Amino acid sequence: MAKVTIDGVEVEVADGTTILNAARQIGGELVPPAMCYYTSLKDSGGKCRVCLVKVTAGSAKDPRPMPKLVASCRTPVMDGMVVQNITSPEVLEARKGVVEFLLLNHPLDCPVCDQAGECDLQNLAYEHGAAKTRYEEDRRTFEKIDIGDKIKLHMTRCILCYRCTYVADQLTPERVHGVLGRGDHSEISTYIEKAVDNDYSGNMIDVCPVGALTDKTFRFKSRVWFTNPMDAHRDCPKCTGKVVLWMKGEEVLRVSARKDQYGEVKEYICNECRYDHKNVKDWTVEGPRHIDRHSVIAQGHYERADLITLKKEIERQIEFEKGKPLPEPNPSLTA
Amino acid sequence: MGKKLLTANINIPGIETFDVYRKNGGYASVEKALKTMTPDEVTEEVKKSGLRGRGGAGFPAGMKWSFLDRKSEKPRYLVCNADESEPGTFKDRYLMEKLPHLLIEGMITGSYALGARTSYIYIRGEYMYVVRILEKAIEEAYAAGFLGQNILGTPYSLDLYVHPGAGAYICGEETALLESLEGKRGNPRLKPPFPAVAGLYAAPTVVNNVETIAAVVPIVNGGGDEYAKIGIGKSTGTKLISASGHINKPGIYEIDLGLPVEEFIYSDEYCGGIWKGRKMKAVVAGGSSVPILPADLILKTAKGEQRLMTYESLADGGFVSGTMLGSGGFVVYDETACIVRNLWTFARFYHHESCGQCSPCREGTGWMEKVLHRIEHGHGHMGDIDLLVDVAKKIEGNTICPLGDAAAWPVASAIRHFREEFEYHVKYPEKVSNPKHFELEPFRSEKKLEAVGA
Repeated sequence: MAKVTIDGVEVEVADGTTILNAARQIGGELVPPAMCYYTSLKDSGGKCRVCLVKVTAGSAKDPRPMPKLVASCRTPVMDGMVVQNITSPEVLEARKGVVEFLLLNHPLDCPVCDQAGECDLQNLAYEHGAAKTRYEEDRRTFEKIDIGDKIKLHMTRCILCYRCTYVADQLTPERVHGVLGRGDHSEISTYIEKAVDNDYSGNMIDVCPVGALTDKTFRFKSRVWFTNPMDAHRDCPKCTGKVVLWMKGEEVLRVSARKDQYGEVKEYICNECRYDHKNVKDWTVEGPRHIDRHSVIAQGHYERADLITLKKEIERQIEFEKGKPLPEPNPSLTA
Repeated sequence: MGKKLLTANINIPGIETFDVYRKNGGYASVEKALKTMTPDEVTEEVKKSGLRGRGGAGFPAGMKWSFLDRKSEKPRYLVCNADESEPGTFKDRYLMEKLPHLLIEGMITGSYALGARTSYIYIRGEYMYVVRILEKAIEEAYAAGFLGQNILGTPYSLDLYVHPGAGAYICGEETALLESLEGKRGNPRLKPPFPAVAGLYAAPTVVNNVETIAAVVPIVNGGGDEYAKIGIGKSTGTKLISASGHINKPGIYEIDLGLPVEEFIYSDEYCGGIWKGRKMKAVVAGGSSVPILPADLILKTAKGEQRLMTYESLADGGFVSGTMLGSGGFVVYDETACIVRNLWTFARFYHHESCGQCSPCREGTGWMEKVLHRIEHGHGHMGDIDLLVDVAKKIEGNTICPLGDAAAWPVASAIRHFREEFEYHVKYPEKVSNPKHFELEPFRSEKKLEAVGA
């Protein structure tokens, strides 16, 4: 076991736990956001850099601070480690920078994007982004392509989190897609336009944090916040059959896997459940799904005012303290 | 005149063949190490020599070797990083082209010290003809019994392979290099674990630059203490400098560390001064990724001391008024050079070479390139200069590998030291519309130019 202090809150976690997961055990607003890390996908994380935190003491044995901000999703905790997330102005500045970078080449076509309302990038931009862009140049664009008959790839919206390639690697028997090219012109693609075709490929839609991979059976059917999410299950020989039905009246518009409060799928579902059972009679409906994190779906129940106040307070502090040494962590901020 | 440890025999005709190399004292370090020394003794000599990594970071090589996980039951590897792609650096190519056996000798001695049974030379794809030179040399070494089973009748065996990359700068980063060597996409890994614990095929691995490995040969031959006598303080031995730019004698020079920068630039033995009798404007002292320094700061530090060619002296003043020795790519600019244009070229390179794995570098390098393109071509506005500084600051330190830093440092330093020139580009777009703007009318200070322009 290792004792670690995050934003003044102490927690004891198993050895080898990452800072991000330790923070998730505490819960609340001190949990760093994550755009590329996905608990159930091995080797994911470390790429998007929004989860950067400051380690002010490496461990009890070696209390020196780490020289750079570290990716909390991939850095294991040490006993006696002290971490600053939302109490460090440096972290918030860096995170704001990363959000700006992520939005540079993002088309911001939320009004026509199917992911709007359940988009991690949208939520992140609401919480940490700036209202204006400083980017004047042309954004990179790609042609939309079909990968298989059920999935549409909008590479233009992609933030290159690599999650879908890990799905291909780890959930499906054969890896059929990956990343081509380099730098900001790299793209998710299949090998010579080959279709992605296997039983679990649909999960790449669920793991995609933005609207780059969308379900062709649901595209442009409805805004997600006009649908009613219902927990449901069926006996499926291939997967657990536990899904969320996104319904409008009696009509099932979309079937997706169930996600936890951090937007992560724990039990992946097969393509048959996802695409071929759009009839409510095929399912045993358990009841309405509780949506507690997403901002726009939980219409009118936006409960994160506490976080917004806290953020404003810290931003004010940054303005005030610019040029001066960084303030000590203030435990009252996290209480 | 410094002592030439690496390049003393470089002009002997036929030195690239095994017979001539052997006749001139080649492979003595292999004989000495394998027959009279234990692997730990070789490592100890390298430690004593104070040899520092010649690839750019300057990390002590002996210490890197001692970090190698010797308790692991997995095989160990020595990998030579010959993916030399830093703009302004071309020393490794020269060394491998002229003295392929020196690198092979260093690889054998180094592998013996580390207990590696298989070693690799990862070379950049553009150096295809050098790959052929090395492969021929390796064949000769196998034939002569210096590679393969039971080298020189000792129980030690070693296989050496050359692996060409596919032309990516990022594969010079050690973990990206290992990924590429394993046959994967060359993306840098997250650290820890470091290669010394889990490197190539998850086994303990040491990755060293060509020049570092070559330097093991004189260290074992002459002893670490003898090597440490050359140089000043923690910068010991000799260093190959790739000198280029507006100088009379561009080329590769082996210098003793501790040589004054002024002597290096102006003495006839080395660069021979600035060409066409012009004035020096700026110097990039260690390859494109180190901060650029104006002429006055490269000759003397901010404290007024003479600047020397050592890791410490060049870094004096930190990033405010110092730079780094880096990989030794010494680029000199005369007064007709345009710092903005030069910086744009560098930014274009980093944009092209960013692997695209982590967002600050992927997006930020492209952004900086586009803003610099705008300023250089007369479409910039004043806010762009501070924007560049801010973008560079947000990339620096927030990325997986040092490529982000390497892209940010030149931008930050160029604006710090040559802000007037950026402002000039914004204020007088009609003057910079000609790509040769400063060749016609050298930029000295804005005031003077305004007078001329008026």
